[in-house]
Amino acid sequence: MTEQLATHTKPTATDSQDAGVAIQPQPPAETAKEGRLEAVARGEVVPAIIDPALEDEKHVLEISNFNLWYGKKQALLDISMSVPRGKVTAMIGPSGCGKSTLLRCVNRMNDLIDTVRIKGDMLLNGDTIYAPTVDVIELRKRMGMVFQKPNPFPMSIFENVVYPLRIDGERNKDVLESVCERSLRGAALWDEVKDRLHESGLSLSGGQQQRLCIARAIASEPEVLLLDEPCSALDPIATGKVEDLIHELSGEYSVLIVTHNMQQATRISDYTAFMYLGQLIEYSPTATMFTGPKLKETEDYVTGRFG
Amino acid sequence: MTSSVAEIPTPPPAPSSPQGSAASGRRRRLGAGNSLAAKGEPMVWLTGGALALAVAMIVCLLVYVFCQGIVTFWPVPLTHAKMGDGTVLMGEQTRAEWYRLDDTAIKQLPPEVQLAAQAAKKAGEGLVHRRLLRTGNFDLTGTHFHWINDFAIETETTPRNAMVVERLEKGRFYGTPKSITIAGKNLVTANGSEDNAALDEIWQAFVEHHDTVVARRDEIEHLEKHVLGIESARETNARLEMRGEEIVHGLESEEYVKAEAHFQQVRAEVEKRTVEVRQAAEKLKAQNRGFLVTMTTAQGVEKNIDLADIVRMYPANNLSLTEKWSLYFSRWWEFFFADPREANSEGGVWPAIIGTLTMTLAMALAVVPFGVLAALYLREYAKSGPITSAVRIAINNLAGVPSIVFGVFGLGFFCYVMGASIDELFYPANLADNNPVYGKGAVIWASLTLALLTVPVVIVAAEEALAAVPNSMREGSYACGGSKWQTIRRIVLPHAMPGIMTGTILAMARGAGEVAPLMLVGAVKLAPELPFSMGDWSGSLGPIPTGPIHFDRSFMHLGFHIYDLGFQSQNSEAAKPMVFTTTLLLIAMVAGLNLMAIWLRARLRKRFVSGGF
Ligand SMILES: Nc1ncnc2c1ncn2[C@@H]1O[C@H](COP(=O)(O)OP(=O)(O)OP(=O)(O)O)[C@@H](O)[C@H]1O
Ligand SMILES: [Mg+2]
Repeated sequence: MTEQLATHTKPTATDSQDAGVAIQPQPPAETAKEGRLEAVARGEVVPAIIDPALEDEKHVLEISNFNLWYGKKQALLDISMSVPRGKVTAMIGPSGCGKSTLLRCVNRMNDLIDTVRIKGDMLLNGDTIYAPTVDVIELRKRMGMVFQKPNPFPMSIFENVVYPLRIDGERNKDVLESVCERSLRGAALWDEVKDRLHESGLSLSGGQQQRLCIARAIASEPEVLLLDEPCSALDPIATGKVEDLIHELSGEYSVLIVTHNMQQATRISDYTAFMYLGQLIEYSPTATMFTGPKLKETEDYVTGRFG
Repeated sequence: MTSSVAEIPTPPPAPSSPQGSAASGRRRRLGAGNSLAAKGEPMVWLTGGALALAVAMIVCLLVYVFCQGIVTFWPVPLTHAKMGDGTVLMGEQTRAEWYRLDDTAIKQLPPEVQLAAQAAKKAGEGLVHRRLLRTGNFDLTGTHFHWINDFAIETETTPRNAMVVERLEKGRFYGTPKSITIAGKNLVTANGSEDNAALDEIWQAFVEHHDTVVARRDEIEHLEKHVLGIESARETNARLEMRGEEIVHGLESEEYVKAEAHFQQVRAEVEKRTVEVRQAAEKLKAQNRGFLVTMTTAQGVEKNIDLADIVRMYPANNLSLTEKWSLYFSRWWEFFFADPREANSEGGVWPAIIGTLTMTLAMALAVVPFGVLAALYLREYAKSGPITSAVRIAINNLAGVPSIVFGVFGLGFFCYVMGASIDELFYPANLADNNPVYGKGAVIWASLTLALLTVPVVIVAAEEALAAVPNSMREGSYACGGSKWQTIRRIVLPHAMPGIMTGTILAMARGAGEVAPLMLVGAVKLAPELPFSMGDWSGSLGPIPTGPIHFDRSFMHLGFHIYDLGFQSQNSEAAKPMVFTTTLLLIAMVAGLNLMAIWLRARLRKRFVSGGF
């Protein structure tokens, strides 16, 4: 059904893409808006507009034709995108468009949900993520993840941070302590908690808890950092600290971050992907995305005119 | 949401309604507000009433048990009643009631009181008042209690010098002292029941010497029960060893000959020692025999009572308040820490307390790991589906199986299959002796039976606790690369611990209060030896030494004790107070366990309360 419709609308989509690449003349973009978002809403697969700049990058993560269903409901439709290495990639889009879902697919967090079905594959540094032979636990150890809501464990701050190392069986106290300090400094939390490392992680404030989770995520020096709205529970100062942190991390780490805050996306990210109803709509360098997007609907979204 | 409700097309307005269609939405709401169901008021009364009824019933039961239990040990005055027909009765009033006295019954009364009976009946509009006197002196009168009609009493006094004597055997004795013999010499003799000076002297002498006599009695008991018990156990063990060698190697074998020689040696030693101990005990007994008090009953019969036979004696009508309190507490002390006597209707419940605790703790040790592992599988590993649901339903139904069925299963499987196998493997000599060790009711089988009974409680509670662990915690752990088991061990279990503990303690409370299955698998009326004894470290389960815990022994249990006292006792009227105190104790234990659960939960929960937001 979906595929039939997709083939049916293909010409329109190609048309609009052409129009998008050709850029400038406003009228075609206008017509494209009608066609594109409407088509997406009808559940048709609309190919994404991907900036050629991305092809020049080295890719840490490649997502190819990825589909996901929650039971009968399809939440991701045919997503193909590559995440550049050592860069910060932001994902934006209206609530419920599948950003968290996509992020959770990268470290196979969705395996935990019984009803989830997927089609397609992802590659992490060339290694397949979705193959029966993949050791999910090893895979997850190569990534760090921070969730939308802070989820510190009911144990001391110290134990929270070194949890990934504990899991690997690390016993050396010096190693644990140095990792703890490094990670807490990295998450801009060290000064606040250095005297109370052995108090419960749950005794921290919401914002501190979130930075604790970030510290935990970077403790094992992952290849990719997956951040799902890490700043939604933080005040502006803490947000600033986390943003600085992400800045510092880029280059060394590849960061994939979901955010609802356009300013934040412009401040911290190198590339931005715009998603809508489970589909990738446009994926470009952040500067392009916010100053001259190829699609009218992207512009509408980033300027707050819709969504 | 609200607006969408308002927009639902409304039914055509009722003809009586005067308003226009524009106000139809508002009017509809008004109409709904008038219906009984929408008002909610009756539901408040209904639900609140149901709750109040339930609470009232529970509170009434508790208050009744509490009041009855708490007053039991308070000393009551001794009533001396001279009846119209010339008989004299003396005793403690235990209860009183109004009852309907019909004319034929009046005719059967002694002629002297018939007139009084008629008058009383008239005054009471057909009802007359009577009291139950505990008159004791069972060895003289053959009865413990007498009903006395108020109208039949000529005079009623509370004599100052009347004594209550609690004896080791044959129940209480009521009377007035006449003389006291100390170390074989008559010290004083009172001249009648009004001779206050002499009687006070007797009382003083009693107080002075009773303790030493009791100490001697305790020593005798220690020698006869404990020391001789150890000796006879030694002999039994040697004999069983011999039997064992006989079974394994045969009568002709060298091992058997050696074991037999050993047995003969042990037997000689034990015999010698037994004679010594008996002599020592006999000497003490002879000493104690010189101490006795002569009492006169209200009817004028004289009776000698050995001081050694007296648990306590007190002038019930001549006690100060402090004396009453100290009597009260000494009775509670005896209740908690003494062995029962008089077919359990007197004395204490210490063996039952120990039995209940041992059994309950052993049950908890068995049920918790089992239940938690099962809950972990169900909640964390099993895929949800029809089979898991069926298992869950089965577990819930298991909680509804009558407990006696578990008892039957426990007897059939644990005692007769598992126990018998253990005996065959490790205690062949005992078996040959027709004296099974584990192949009978035993505290371990009772614990396991109750573990089976309470495992649904633990599984359900543990599952709930596991389900209450936020998924975000699990995800956090998985995202760090934790395996399933690591996540369970480090995150899920600690977080679910308060709930699991609560479930465990509730299961323990349930198990501690259970009676029916225990009757089949090891609870007994009177257990000679405790299942837990710090003085005897010879416990063993097959080849595994269990130190002070004797899993093979049968045991006394508070719940069973209540049943036994209340319904199996020869003298149920005298046992009634014990029923209430024992019930009170059991309820207090269960309530204590529940309070502990609440406290533990509150304490552990604190660890998991987030400071965020
Ligand atoms: N566990 C689930 N089971 C079923 N449907 C789900 C589940 N999780 C998410 N969905 C659905 O998948 C779609 C995408 O959800 P997702 O959480 O990825 O959105 P999102 O882009 O992260 O939104 P937000 O910005 O609000 O976080 C939504 O329509 C949501 O209802
Ligand atoms: Mg989300």
